[in-house]
Amino acid sequence: MRDLERCYNLYRKEILNQVQDDENFNLLEIMSNKNKSKPNKNDTQGKLWEVFTQGRNGKPFEHAGSLHAPDGEKALENARDVYTRRNEAVNLWVVPSDAIIASKPEDEESFFDPSKDKPYRHPQFYHPPRVTKRRRS
Amino acid sequence: MKAAVQQRTITKEDAFFEYLLRLADDRLILGHRLSEWCGHGPVLEEDIALANVALDYIGHAASLYEYAAKIEGKDRDRDDLVYFRNDVEYRNIKMVELPKGDYGFTIARQFLFSSYSYFLYDNLRNTADEQFGGMISKHFKEIKYHLRHSREWVLRLGDGTKESHNRIQNAFNELWTYTGEFFYQDEIDDLLMDEGLGVDISAFESEWKTLVTDVLKEATLEIPDFDQFMASGGREGLHTEHLGHLLAEMQHLRRSYPDAVWE
Repeated sequence: MRDLERCYNLYRKEILNQVQDDENFNLLEIMSNKNKSKPNKNDTQGKLWEVFTQGRNGKPFEHAGSLHAPDGEKALENARDVYTRRNEAVNLWVVPSDAIIASKPEDEESFFDPSKDKPYRHPQFYHPPRVTKRRRS
Repeated sequence: MKAAVQQRTITKEDAFFEYLLRLADDRLILGHRLSEWCGHGPVLEEDIALANVALDYIGHAASLYEYAAKIEGKDRDRDDLVYFRNDVEYRNIKMVELPKGDYGFTIARQFLFSSYSYFLYDNLRNTADEQFGGMISKHFKEIKYHLRHSREWVLRLGDGTKESHNRIQNAFNELWTYTGEFFYQDEIDDLLMDEGLGVDISAFESEWKTLVTDVLKEATLEIPDFDQFMASGGREGLHTEHLGHLLAEMQHLRRSYPDAVWE
């Protein structure tokens, strides 16, 4: 962070020809503002929605894709028209894309690596007794 | 009119053929108009939705033409009926042949036509003809969706921005004079009613008006005057200038290469 700050100040000094010690300067704030997604005024397609389809009653809902719509009711109709034309579903969910809390790529190590070397979490080590096997088949 | 029925100047088959043709022509022409949006929809999702509805109409028309050709019994098939009839032989109402206009116009027309079709098909389901009834019941499900789709858009455009409000209001004002033809009836209808095949269209006119009025009100739109001058003539083959151009585009390939086949 120090290096970044130094770089930034250098940049300001050289390009903008400003004094180095600006007390109001806060790199973190600038970085976070820069990352904040700004609404695109040219985008007239409406909000983004994620579509989930259920193939048959009792089956799980599966992610089918996403689409644009101004509101939930229209999102549902669009989902019907875009994702169920070939008899894919008996039920539909639409969810605003920004309502989904997702893991980030940088979380991969801490989230998922720990389970890689724990094969005993799989059920292969358990042998059902022959009697039950026979009874089941 | 009544005299003609009593004397039976037309046979039951001729009348039924004409009746099916009227239903089919409305749907084919509107389907063709809607298909013009394909690739030009305001957003991708709506583009697909409109193409879906267009295909539904053409599907409805196809099965109606097929049955009409069978009833006629003159060795014509559905392609003959679609590609080798001239504008004066088409029996659709004028509303469906009007150019697609802007998106507001298309939606306003979709709503008026879908709400009318909703009542018409709901009543026609009780027809005495089993095959015809089966067709109607199958198509009715899709019509219910067309009504839902167009109604939701009328509400959003009417109660949306100033621009969208003005556009769809203008569209309804322009289309209103063409709504009278929905309820056109002549000796064909009388004969079909007598046979238990057709329905009395005027029976649901007030229900249709109530539905349209309610939706337009909810969409903060003004209801145009139902008692204004109403266009007529479509059912008798008297069309606007727009149908000829539409047919020219739709029919020219088939007429240029009458023997062409899909291979």
